[in-house]
Amino acid sequence: MGMTLTEKILAAHAGRDTVVPGEIINARVDIALGNDITAPIAIDQFRKSGAKSVFDKDRVVLVPDHFVPNKDINSAMQAKVLRDFAREQNLTHYFDIGQMGVEHALLPEQGIVGPGDLVIGADSHTCTYGGIGAFSTGVGSTDLAAAMITGEIWLRVPETILFVFKGRLNPWVEGKDLILYAIGDIGVDGARYASMEFSGPVIEDLGIAGRLTMANMAIEAGAKNGIVRADEKTEDYVRGRAQRQYEIYISDPDAGFSRTIVYDVENIEPQVAFPHSPENTRPISEAGDIRIDQAVIGSCTNGRIEDLRSAAAVLKGKKIASHVRLIVIPATPWIYRTAMDEGLFDIFLDAEAVISPPTCGPCLGGYMGILAKGERAVATTNRNFVGRMGHPESEVYLANPAVAAASAILGKIGGPGDVM
Amino acid sequence: MKVEGDVWKFGDDIDTDLIIPARYLNTSDPGELAGHCMEDADPGFASRVKPSDIIVGGKNFGCGSSREHAPIAISAAGVSCVIAVSFARIFYRNAFNMGLPILECENADELKSGDRLSVNFDDGTIVRLDDGRGFETKPIPPFMQELVKSGGLMQYIQKKLK
Ligand code: SF4
Repeated sequence: MGMTLTEKILAAHAGRDTVVPGEIINARVDIALGNDITAPIAIDQFRKSGAKSVFDKDRVVLVPDHFVPNKDINSAMQAKVLRDFAREQNLTHYFDIGQMGVEHALLPEQGIVGPGDLVIGADSHTCTYGGIGAFSTGVGSTDLAAAMITGEIWLRVPETILFVFKGRLNPWVEGKDLILYAIGDIGVDGARYASMEFSGPVIEDLGIAGRLTMANMAIEAGAKNGIVRADEKTEDYVRGRAQRQYEIYISDPDAGFSRTIVYDVENIEPQVAFPHSPENTRPISEAGDIRIDQAVIGSCTNGRIEDLRSAAAVLKGKKIASHVRLIVIPATPWIYRTAMDEGLFDIFLDAEAVISPPTCGPCLGGYMGILAKGERAVATTNRNFVGRMGHPESEVYLANPAVAAASAILGKIGGPGDVM
Repeated sequence: MKVEGDVWKFGDDIDTDLIIPARYLNTSDPGELAGHCMEDADPGFASRVKPSDIIVGGKNFGCGSSREHAPIAISAAGVSCVIAVSFARIFYRNAFNMGLPILECENADELKSGDRLSVNFDDGTIVRLDDGRGFETKPIPPFMQELVKSGGLMQYIQKKLK
């Protein structure tokens, strides 16, 4: 029997010809990533182990993005742990503010990850890089510490569920809506321990940004990784950025998928995930009358330039509702500058949005847009758990950037069709 | 190894933000994290939980982020083990890597808060002391058993490096 794309990457990194779902392998990692929340614990473990140096200074990546620019003294201390360690170990890829972006937007953009890579990160949304054909998965701080020392990781080979998207996309339906729809269908544990491979003509037509968004939210279905086979679009994207040799794998025609799920996207409208679970999805036409206090456009899910362009297209020449606060967070310095050069900042400022420097900020209820008791936000982020963006009695509704922008204008949840 | 403790019952899909809200992640001090353990699911948990008590969840316990602060907070709160119908994968990994015992039990839904359990990690059996009823758990894969025996992942790799 043939192998899936995920199985092939795992086999290659375990020095094996084949692997089968369920077995536990020891694999070589191309990149090990940590952030200002998870890396301090890993660095502490690294030191306690007596290790002197990381396995490869080009392959350990540290991005302080969650509470940075430092939101308080504790956060400043955590960020300092990363900075000191990066200097001491002479890490090639350490990003302080000014260069720092939201990690999962930054790494593909900077060519640090590429197709065929095996990437682990002490952050659950490390699965994002599947959008360019890498195997990447989130792990804990102890795993990161072990990988920083040995350059290896133990992994259970996951079964792969194949998702096939067919048909013609409806207006304003983006990668975000496809993945929300899939999570709504299979549930937040629908792909637990498994790999989600996204395929079909719709995915082939989707840009890299949309694919990254889809892979990003694989974890929200419980998956180990989400992945899209690399194609010409991927190569166009990585050409000129890739800092290492990359390898393109595709699933064999006789690969063993545990399930195949086919969606006809003609039935898919822009989606909104209601509190407090990403699986509580509804088509925008059935959202009802949900008044909002805040809209957030950003994050590793939807903070890329394509997302800002989509929001700007809706906001152009309009003002947001007077009771709404709109926060726009370009995910990296490059995105920030590009948005500015393209005139998107004028559109946002004219609409009376505020523009934040790159940071995770409100996405995890860190800072820069915390919700008060009883407040509601529509956000382009990936989680709407209880208390995710602030007070335990606040609410988060997940949507794509165009819907978030339209909702900010309307003052309640609504689609671009309602304002344009 | 055997533990005895009282059950704290939670539902399905208990996510890492419920176990330890991100607003407290500007520290990794176990004592501070323990003080906010399960805060948004049950605000009284941290102040009332007793050493060796047991957390019981439904399906997909620990879903969400990769924060090791979640098993750290649970351990530091004195909880001796977590039993659930199923676990989210990063939480499952983290628990083994750091040595927090966890068991998957199909019938965990039938346990309720206040039940007193005796849990034997060597053979994976659970007995409810109130009525003597036994509960079966999923066997732990051999590699994971080795991790636990070594005392966690760091100890395991140190042994291998020697
Ligand atoms: S943007 Fe949100 S989901 Fe993404 S890495 Fe930051 S906190 Fe996590």
